[in-house]
Amino acid sequence: MAQKEKDALSGVETTGHEWDGLRELNNPLPKWWLYIFYVCIAWSLVYYVLYPAWPLGKSYTKGLLGYSQREELVQKVAEGKKAQEKYLTAIAATSVEDIQKNKDLLAFAMAGGRSYFNENCAACHGAGGQGAKGFPTLADDVWLWGGTTADIYKTIQHGIRADDADTRGTVGIGMTAFGKDGILNREQIGQVAEYVLSLNKRSTDAAAAAKGKTVYDENCAACHGDSAQGSVAAGLDVGAPPLVTANWLYGGDKASLVETITNGRAGVMPAWSKRLDDATVKSLAVYVHNLGGGK
Amino acid sequence: MSTTTEQQPLQTDPARPDRMERPAAVAGATPAAASPKAPRRASRSMYQKHSKVYPKAVQGTFRRIKWTALAVLLAIYYVLPWVRWDRGPNAPDQAVLLDLANRRFYLFFVELWPQQIYYLTAALILAALGLFLATSLAGRVWCGYACPQTVWTDLYVWVERLVEGDRGERIRLDQGKWTARKVGRKALKNLIWLLIALATGGAWIFYFTDAPTLMGEMMRFELSSTALGFIGLFTVTTYLLAGFAREQVCTYMCPWPRFQSAMIDEDSLIVTYQDWRGEGRSLMRKSQSWEERKAEGLGDCIDCFNCVQVCPAGIDIRDGLQMQCIGCGLCIDACDEIMAKVGRPAGLIRFDTQTSQVAIATGGQPVPYRLWRPRTILYTLMMLVIAGGIGIGLLLKPGLDISVLRDRAPLFVALSDGSVRNAYTFKISNMTRDPRSYTLAVVGMKEASLSVAGDGQEEQAGTQRLTAGPDMVATYRIFVTVPRTGLQGATQPLTFRLTSADGEVATYDSVFLGPAN
Repeated sequence: MAQKEKDALSGVETTGHEWDGLRELNNPLPKWWLYIFYVCIAWSLVYYVLYPAWPLGKSYTKGLLGYSQREELVQKVAEGKKAQEKYLTAIAATSVEDIQKNKDLLAFAMAGGRSYFNENCAACHGAGGQGAKGFPTLADDVWLWGGTTADIYKTIQHGIRADDADTRGTVGIGMTAFGKDGILNREQIGQVAEYVLSLNKRSTDAAAAAKGKTVYDENCAACHGDSAQGSVAAGLDVGAPPLVTANWLYGGDKASLVETITNGRAGVMPAWSKRLDDATVKSLAVYVHNLGGGK
Repeated sequence: MSTTTEQQPLQTDPARPDRMERPAAVAGATPAAASPKAPRRASRSMYQKHSKVYPKAVQGTFRRIKWTALAVLLAIYYVLPWVRWDRGPNAPDQAVLLDLANRRFYLFFVELWPQQIYYLTAALILAALGLFLATSLAGRVWCGYACPQTVWTDLYVWVERLVEGDRGERIRLDQGKWTARKVGRKALKNLIWLLIALATGGAWIFYFTDAPTLMGEMMRFELSSTALGFIGLFTVTTYLLAGFAREQVCTYMCPWPRFQSAMIDEDSLIVTYQDWRGEGRSLMRKSQSWEERKAEGLGDCIDCFNCVQVCPAGIDIRDGLQMQCIGCGLCIDACDEIMAKVGRPAGLIRFDTQTSQVAIATGGQPVPYRLWRPRTILYTLMMLVIAGGIGIGLLLKPGLDISVLRDRAPLFVALSDGSVRNAYTFKISNMTRDPRSYTLAVVGMKEASLSVAGDGQEEQAGTQRLTAGPDMVATYRIFVTVPRTGLQGATQPLTFRLTSADGEVATYDSVFLGPAN
């Protein structure tokens, strides 16, 4: 071992390390500090005995206390469910309109509805109900099947063209495929598309649009309404959207309109009452109604 | 290293090069080195054995100051949670209450919400600067008189002295056999220590919950496990730190001694042994007069070790300024007592500056204490700025705060009539004690109309009425709708302005998004 070097000033041994002429002193650590280190080691041994610690292939040492994080989680979840119970029963027993009038229930339904929505609905309708092509925006004020809380509740319960006795619309039947089924020829389809564009003052061919109005009155007005105000405004339950608004479920340019008229459309939504309990569906209805477009 | 006193001067003072030269044979030089049986290779332990400090009782000015500080600080600690402060019917009436459960801090006339935690930061900075200033003025007076570690250690040593006697008796007791008397004394001492610790831990939690309520729960043995846990924690730490760790906390755990030298300069008052007057130290002989002593080259220090024996840090102040010194000045009292007895002037050990000491030692006059130096002026100015900032902040502290978060899904919603709507989560913090109503208006977009989700109010151009309960945060979902004609580009700035019924205004800048074309 190298010669121990002592610091002249303090008489303390140095570590021999030197930086820029400064030498590190090797002051001894207090003994109790060392003992605390031993206590920590002893503590870890106690921990091995009491808590799950060592892996044993597919198993592990369970520890004497029988502690399990998983069981703790299950217990916590059960506790949470129990705490929610009184609200869930109240929501199940209250009509969707009345839930909106009760501040506590509304807050609970909104919070729950938000997470249910993200779990079940957001995949198609988007976060916050922002919608996508073919999947209606739930935050705007255009509703194919009615935008009151009761309407929304019914739609979620029974779905649209779904496997459910009370489903909205008829399974397999939506908008007629006017072109594919040979009801209208290509020229007529172009004319009626031009007419629909003219409803938003976007038509570039006034003559075709005028001819298209006749086609519209004969073929389309039955579902979309005489003034294209949509089936809801016309008092029908067929899910035909208004054509006078700025909102288009399948695109509002001429090519999209021609495609829609040619091939028809039949949007589908599952009946959620088969998968979710009533309180959940009601919470969802309240949440969707409050996304901003509820009537 | 087994010297009886640990000597590790932290710094060398350029003004006092003599500080660097230590007397070769300080009292209690290493016996291991002197022993012929010492092994050839220095068998220095990696770890240092704890040598217990037995502070001796002492009387004098600084001891009186220390007792006074102890009494005042303990009184503040125990009484403060019981001071009442009327804040009206809906608020706690405890003057100092750190209500963690409800996320409010109450300090007399100040009520802080969690988002105002920066006041705490400012207060901590102020406290740190105060510590710096005190240190540059008079060394580690905080450590010596006001630090909780010092106060409780002092209290514990006092108990120890009452039960086991003064220094000599305690040493004899510790070295003696375990007799019934020793067991009894030790048991009694530890029992009193534990009671003090329990009272300390018990009082601590009063700062976090309403004190009278908690006291009632204590009396009925109904304390929550959280409260009991904290009482237990502070009982154990008080007992261990003040009973056993003591000066070890200051030397090894506390970071402050390690960098205090950065705040001290040659004009700071520090506990100083006047070596020019004291050296060479030598025991007093009755036969020798002071004149004869002086002629022999001996100084005023009669090497009685009283200054060492009273020191709570267990150091020898005659080795100069040391990291372990907490600046309590008890050695001054001890020395003054002895000097009076032997008929020499007091103040062989004194609070003095190094500048003054150098001047006297080199034959000059004592230099008057310089209170105002660049360092103290700077610390004072910084404190004034911070304190002023806190004061102005509290004076202008609003009773209203708003926060607006724009919905990002969907970014915006196109409505059937072509207009565009954005949704915002709107939070109103009503930091007053009354329910308040507000008028919300949108500034910056003329054609904007406002509606509130779920309140049944009609959408209307311009304004909406909102309310918030006392001392509460109200959350609303606000829809802003703008017709296409009102849109200019995809992003437009927008300001929410909330005006309370009594005229307090809060604004929040946000944006309104729409389609790009």
